[in-house]
Amino acid sequence: MAELVNVTIDGVTVAVPKGTLVVDAAKKIGNHIPVFCYHPKLKPVGMCRMCLVDIGTPKIDPATKQVVRDENGNPVIQFMPKLTTACTTPVSEGMVVRTATEQVRAAREDILEFLLTSHPLDCPICDKGGECPLQNLTLAHGPGVSRFDYDAKFHNEKHVPLGELIFLDRERCIQCSRCIRFQDEIADDHVLQFHDRGRGMEIITFSDPPFDSYFGGNTTDICPVGALTTADFRFKARPWELQSAQSICTHCAVGCNITLNTRLETRHGGFEIKRVMPRQNEWVNEIWICDKGRYVHHFTRSEDRLHLPLIRREGRLVESTWQQALQLVADTLRAADGEIVLMVGDRIPNEDAYLLGQLGRAIGARVSVSPNVPSHYADVARAFGVGKDADFKRLGRGDLVLAVNADVEEQAPVWFLRLRQAVVDRGAQLIIAHHRSTKLHRYASAIHRFEVGRAPEWVQQQAETLAQALQAARHALIVFGDEHLDGPRARALAQLLANLLLQSGHAGRSDSGLLPLYPHANTQGVCDVLSPHTALPPAARVVWAVGVGDPQELPPAGFYIIQEVLHTALVEQADVVLPSLTFAEREGTFTSGDRRVQRFYRALPAPGEAKPDWWIAQEVARRLGFEWRYNSPAEIFEALAKDVPAYAELSYAALSRVVEQWPPIGREDLYYGGTAYDNTGGIGARYAAEAETRALPPYDVTIPEPTIAGLKRGPRMLYRDGELIRRSALLRARMVSLQQVA
Amino acid sequence: MATFYGSRNKTMERHVLLRDIDVPNIREIDVYLANDGYAAWKKALTTMKPDDVISVVKDSGLRGRGGAGFPAGVKWSFIPKDVFPKYVVVNGDESEAGTFKDHQLIDCNPHQVIEGTLLACYAVQANTAYIYLRGEFYEPAQTLQKAIDEAYARGLIGKNVLGSGFDVDVYIHLGAGAYICGEETALLSSLEGQLGQPRLRPPFPAQQGLYAKPTVVNNVETLANVPPIVLHGAQWYRQFGTEKSPGTKIFCVSGCVNRPGNYELPLGQYTIRELIEMAGGALQGRAVKGVLPAGSSAPILPASALDTKLDYESLQAAGSILGSASFVILDESVDIVWAARKMVRFFKHESCGKCTPCREGTHWALQLYNKLLSGYGTLDDVNMIGEVAAQMSGKCFCLLGEFATSPMLSTLKHFRAEYEAFVRAHSGGLRNGYDDELIREHVIDPAGNLIAGAVGQKRH
Amino acid sequence: MLREKRAQDIEKVLAKYPPERRRSAVMPLLYIAQEEYGYCTPEAIREVAEIIGCDPTEVKSIVGFYTMFYEQPVGKYVIDVCDDLPCALRGADRFVSHCEKKLGIRVGETTPDGKFTLNTVMCIAACDRAPVLQINKQYRYALDEQTFDRMIDELP
Ligand SMILES: Cc1cc2nc3c(=O)[nH]c(=O)nc-3n(C[C@H](O)[C@H](O)[C@H](O)COP(=O)(O)O)c2cc1C
Ligand code: SF4
Ligand code: FES
Repeated sequence: MAELVNVTIDGVTVAVPKGTLVVDAAKKIGNHIPVFCYHPKLKPVGMCRMCLVDIGTPKIDPATKQVVRDENGNPVIQFMPKLTTACTTPVSEGMVVRTATEQVRAAREDILEFLLTSHPLDCPICDKGGECPLQNLTLAHGPGVSRFDYDAKFHNEKHVPLGELIFLDRERCIQCSRCIRFQDEIADDHVLQFHDRGRGMEIITFSDPPFDSYFGGNTTDICPVGALTTADFRFKARPWELQSAQSICTHCAVGCNITLNTRLETRHGGFEIKRVMPRQNEWVNEIWICDKGRYVHHFTRSEDRLHLPLIRREGRLVESTWQQALQLVADTLRAADGEIVLMVGDRIPNEDAYLLGQLGRAIGARVSVSPNVPSHYADVARAFGVGKDADFKRLGRGDLVLAVNADVEEQAPVWFLRLRQAVVDRGAQLIIAHHRSTKLHRYASAIHRFEVGRAPEWVQQQAETLAQALQAARHALIVFGDEHLDGPRARALAQLLANLLLQSGHAGRSDSGLLPLYPHANTQGVCDVLSPHTALPPAARVVWAVGVGDPQELPPAGFYIIQEVLHTALVEQADVVLPSLTFAEREGTFTSGDRRVQRFYRALPAPGEAKPDWWIAQEVARRLGFEWRYNSPAEIFEALAKDVPAYAELSYAALSRVVEQWPPIGREDLYYGGTAYDNTGGIGARYAAEAETRALPPYDVTIPEPTIAGLKRGPRMLYRDGELIRRSALLRARMVSLQQVA
Repeated sequence: MATFYGSRNKTMERHVLLRDIDVPNIREIDVYLANDGYAAWKKALTTMKPDDVISVVKDSGLRGRGGAGFPAGVKWSFIPKDVFPKYVVVNGDESEAGTFKDHQLIDCNPHQVIEGTLLACYAVQANTAYIYLRGEFYEPAQTLQKAIDEAYARGLIGKNVLGSGFDVDVYIHLGAGAYICGEETALLSSLEGQLGQPRLRPPFPAQQGLYAKPTVVNNVETLANVPPIVLHGAQWYRQFGTEKSPGTKIFCVSGCVNRPGNYELPLGQYTIRELIEMAGGALQGRAVKGVLPAGSSAPILPASALDTKLDYESLQAAGSILGSASFVILDESVDIVWAARKMVRFFKHESCGKCTPCREGTHWALQLYNKLLSGYGTLDDVNMIGEVAAQMSGKCFCLLGEFATSPMLSTLKHFRAEYEAFVRAHSGGLRNGYDDELIREHVIDPAGNLIAGAVGQKRH
Repeated sequence: MLREKRAQDIEKVLAKYPPERRRSAVMPLLYIAQEEYGYCTPEAIREVAEIIGCDPTEVKSIVGFYTMFYEQPVGKYVIDVCDDLPCALRGADRFVSHCEKKLGIRVGETTPDGKFTLNTVMCIAACDRAPVLQINKQYRYALDEQTFDRMIDELP
């Protein structure tokens, strides 16, 4: 525990850890000192001068070095000659802070008036209007009228594209440098800077390509004015029209907590997602999300959404009713004599995957995950993953991060942020082994290279040295990916790494363990609840593919049941098409790559007659004679928890638990943390790794020979070719093109 | 190209700093060596411990000549002994309007600056010194570089200097046009290749300066004092000046005087009036209206303060500061509102933009002055100038913003009547005589109309 | 390419700073780039960024902060006349007007033949010899209208 010191703020005394800044100490006791440049996740710079307060410290007698006391024995407090910035001053024992004096009040008014001499009064057309720190603070602390000559107002360019995704309004910028510092200190993409100086100072980018960063969208959340807006959301809605639903991002295994902002739209006959915002979870994503998570949501209202069941008649897919489609599916399954493959993708929530699995087994089907789901090492991760209470925040000096075959920024962007902080800010050691360079390489203390696809062999050869390095560390986190590895070889890699943990004594320890880079939100979850077969039969009578997504080879079959949200190429092969729901239209749980099970909630109404996968499974089951009566995912989760040992201690109630988080984000004081949302939907819970509960033996590993197909598997990247999501046809089509706006 | 100073006024029998006035060509190393040059350096290396050098400088009472007047020896003693590397950074940014003393020292007596720098390095055990010169000192930098090269060639700089085992390197770093880089933390940022904006203190440069290492930052003139102090001792130095302001100081005199130039004088011995007399008196025998003792940054002193003695304490008592001792003399013909606008324009132009009050306040204040000058001002605008200054005051990140208020507040304090007379005389868009300047700066259009949002110059 | 054309100068500059502090060389390198290209061209900025190992945005920011780096082409001779208070007290404003007349351009402009650019600057530390200017960073002291005209006429 850090040493505590006592500080008295407007008469209230509070004990806070030494080194706490006055502004944060005040926040702890509900004294909201206004700030613009300060942000609790960034280093203080003290440049906006909004947080000026009156600070005094006990007078020290230079001779005795003792605190001077008055006749009542109270320390004599010496106040500084000038007001001081609360955001740069750490507390010290006996410090006295006054924030309610006339002088402080006047200073706040003065600074706001200064800012408003340059800031346009275009709140009625500003995207930030309604959730704008400058607007709010002006109402709370600003002068009633400006004495500034309106004619002399500063004017500047208003729609400046900084890149494909972010626009800058130069006259709204108040030069707080939060955006620059986010890019420098958090994202480590130095693509924003000030240009010119004095009143001419403005934000620019001169990078190639311009503002290109996987995390750029976050700058719009922490910009305290409407200077930075996303190309996706600008001019699309007013904040006060938006409804919020708490959700989980589905694009990678991190499981970032998000809030979906929706608005009633006649166009879609219901609500539509207007924007995706980060939601605070200090154990997962803090208050950040990556740009893919932020922008790739338009598929929920894609033209290609399936609204009704389809049945193939005379070679063509024609719309039908659920009644007909379900009956056809049930009849076909009954007639298939168990020669059925039931295949599930890894964006399917736990409840649905579980129910599908139950059904599959009941009808003697071969239950499998989709071939592109890396299921081969999910059991290894379940056994040797990070501990139940592991916390990225604790990783630091003395700890070791080993990254093998992992491109963390591409494959799990927010984990990249967290690992970078552990290494750069807190001094953890980083060892990297890969066949190519990644952004994480910047921070490595040792870099090893192996031939493409040779990760398992490399680990085997280096086992002794690696084990020694691990042994010397306080905690050891091993992050790995399956680039250029087929399933069996990826499994061998995971097992070899697990053996290293065992050998070095880290297995089952809380802040140590494996961190696999799965491609989607629920890879671990579907593997946990389905216990899938890995090998597919050469052919089947019926193939039932649920949420398999991209077109890919299905085993030859006489009859295809395709359950999907979008009209993909796969749908063209179908005999029956069952329209299902995206994560945004229902509730459920996902299990992240580090085995945190998290709830997401319904944000949108279902399009047409599409139904959740669990409902479809249940309806088919009933037609096959099973008496299932689940009314909601919550009830299914209860059954799941009884059935799947790892989930035994979990329940919707446990997952919905909220705790006080620091810094406090998303409350009324948007100027402090930005517009990320408060977490009232639950921070989720991680189930224990098997190694935590009992001693496990090492794996006996033989590394299979590489297959050509395996070697061909390139990196599974969120962001292809190191470029921004402009490559994503999906996003591109739905984003306002810069040319159109300019 | 070597440059020579017009005024070679002898103000001291023997100069301590402006030795070029007594010894022709002292900028040549042979001449310098023949006149006690590098004797202090040799003395220190062969007979003194680093702490001895700190002690003698401390005892001499030498105060920083860059503006703040902090005792140099005390500053050196703050440098931790056990952290390496350390740096000495010489502040030759000299950008305060009316200051040109470092310029003459570098042009005409560069070896004394180098020798002082070397002594500072030895005292704090720094092996590297950077001399940061303002970018406009491109020619002086060549003179100085030539002197440095000569000193290297004579083994006075480099590895194992004079067999002492002490290694030292001296490099010149050129700025590129920014007054704020004279502020020591901005200077360090600039030297690190960052924006020249000031940094938070603490940590102070003595703890974490250049590259986050212990760093001494001293002004060129401060260091030029060190060789004679080390050579002749603290007591010798204290024969000049007063108890609290010991030594000699270069006074830059400019503006409305007959012989502008640098005058080296013992501190506290003469008055402002005497200084003006030394500089040939006011132009055309006119009366002095006011004096800026430290360029635009210092509050103006009215003629009634002319008998103030020239030392740190006396000027402070008179309501101004000695600062860098750049005395800009304004005679009775000078329009105070015009002069104040020039100064405010300077700060508007030089504000680094980091903090709100300085960035916005200087901008707003200049607009108010523009309005006055163009003949559209009112008495409310005059009052507003004072209010904007008060609004900035005490809230800025660094002293630049605080300095910016002094031309406003001090001219209003002493010459408010002139402001009011100005408004009356120039009301309704009528003005006398500033058209060229105002058009040039886009304050008015050629027809004489005030340009809305006139912001002074935009550079790009 | 700067790296080839000015290899020696670049090496000399880099040698002044600790190897892991190459960023310190940004200003001296920009001066070299400006000598080569006339002003800080986008390519020059990218080259400098590469040499010191940082993002072009960061170099552009430095260029924008300091008045002595040009972001637009300038004349063969850049004339910076001081019109700050000490010089103005000795007639600098009148002198600047004369310069404008002589060159036939306003402050901030370049002559159509690309020969001269005229700027006014803040105090350049030579107030004792006002009016004063710098032409391509070389001081010219104690000027008057005649000496200015002669200087202009004599420049090749
Ligand atoms: C805005 C501002 C400008 C300054 N300009 C200079 C300068 O041009 N030269 C200088 O030596 N000190 C300047 N200083 C003072 C330096 O910050 C610092 O105090 C000085 O270099 C210390 O050296 P000294 O102790 O030898 O005086 C300036 C300070 C401020 C706040
Ligand atoms: S754009 Fe926004 S975050 Fe960036 S400096 Fe301006 S106000 Fe601050
Ligand atoms: S100066 Fe403290 S919040 Fe900006």
